[in-house]
Amino acid sequence: MNPSLATRHSWFEATARARINGLLDAGSFREILPPAEAQPSPHLAQLDLPGAFDDGVVIGCGRLAGKAVFVAAQEGQFMGGAVGEIHGAKIVGLLRRAVKEKPAAVLFLIDSGGVRLHEANAGLIAISEIMRAVLDARAAGVPVVALVGGSCGAFGGMGIVAKLCSAILMSEEGRLALSGPEVIETVAGVEEFDAKDRALVWRVTGGKHRYLMGDCAMLVEDDLAAFRTGATEFLAGWTEPAPSLAGLRTRQRALKNRLAAYGALRDGLDVWAALGVTQPESVPLLDRDSLVALKEGLPT
Amino acid sequence: METLDFRFDSAPVSRAANPALCGVVGSGNLEILVKAGDAATICQISIKTSARGFGETWRAVLGSFAAAHAAGGTAIAINDMGATPAVVSLRLAQALAEYQGGGQ
Repeated sequence: MNPSLATRHSWFEATARARINGLLDAGSFREILPPAEAQPSPHLAQLDLPGAFDDGVVIGCGRLAGKAVFVAAQEGQFMGGAVGEIHGAKIVGLLRRAVKEKPAAVLFLIDSGGVRLHEANAGLIAISEIMRAVLDARAAGVPVVALVGGSCGAFGGMGIVAKLCSAILMSEEGRLALSGPEVIETVAGVEEFDAKDRALVWRVTGGKHRYLMGDCAMLVEDDLAAFRTGATEFLAGWTEPAPSLAGLRTRQRALKNRLAAYGALRDGLDVWAALGVTQPESVPLLDRDSLVALKEGLPT
Repeated sequence: METLDFRFDSAPVSRAANPALCGVVGSGNLEILVKAGDAATICQISIKTSARGFGETWRAVLGSFAAAHAAGGTAIAINDMGATPAVVSLRLAQALAEYQGGGQ
């Protein structure tokens, strides 16, 4: 169902705080280290840049359809949602608390270009600590679910973090990849990747492409209520599996096969054709429900 | 970055709920945190802004806010990323309304 524009509250356009309010049960959110108690980044102050009271991430506890959940939401409008030392420490602290308190899930509202380069090594270390903490929470049986639909997508270190989560829920507007389009263009040249070609960027990193490739578990509308419904439905049908070597080996084989099958292709259009989509050029224009139906009809 | 500090006389705020935050430190935007201050008839404002040299503009915008609203007894902290005076005025009114428990 496509909600009318009047009743729709865009996830893409919402702030981190508005996303949390739309996602959780009304009035259930309790922020940990709220702006009046938190500290802005000391690194940004040294570089003579204004910080944010919450250092660009909101963390806390609340309820989703009655279940106790923890939430971390990155603010993409502040320095591209990039992860600095305090920003990272807040996320890591929340994930470690989840290991102890065992909420039904940690919902990770990712909207980030990756490491905050201003904070150099502190930012890189923060990302690696988040990775470890995500895996620790999952090993303790707490699902960590990434919600990706903000303007910064999930790139760089946060692209890796997203893939370490139990599952990813995405909207068409969301993007997920390792190196961002501008980074690829800068390093490898415009012949390799034209970052100004927005349609191309979405054809290789956007939510529809990720859904067709099986990189995200669910494709939802760009709507606060749709993310809420999607996360509720996902958690109702999910049990966090125990980590296993066999599972990792299966996944590694699948990735090798995928690289062999699609590694030489240059554009989402070519990949979709190889997946068995008969009219790949129609994919960018399909609405969410039609795309889900298309994927369900594809040969496996 | 420039750090500015102002104190304005202002009528006491009518009602104080919890510390309130409005806005985001994004391009052309700012965040405003309103907390309880130490003097009932003073509105105390501290600003960190990425745009240097606009001290007098800030004084004019904030002075008219403190005169038009009952904002005494508050300590307001601002992180600014180049917001225009109109945006600053709107956000201040919004933040004060939330501080008084007014919501959105």
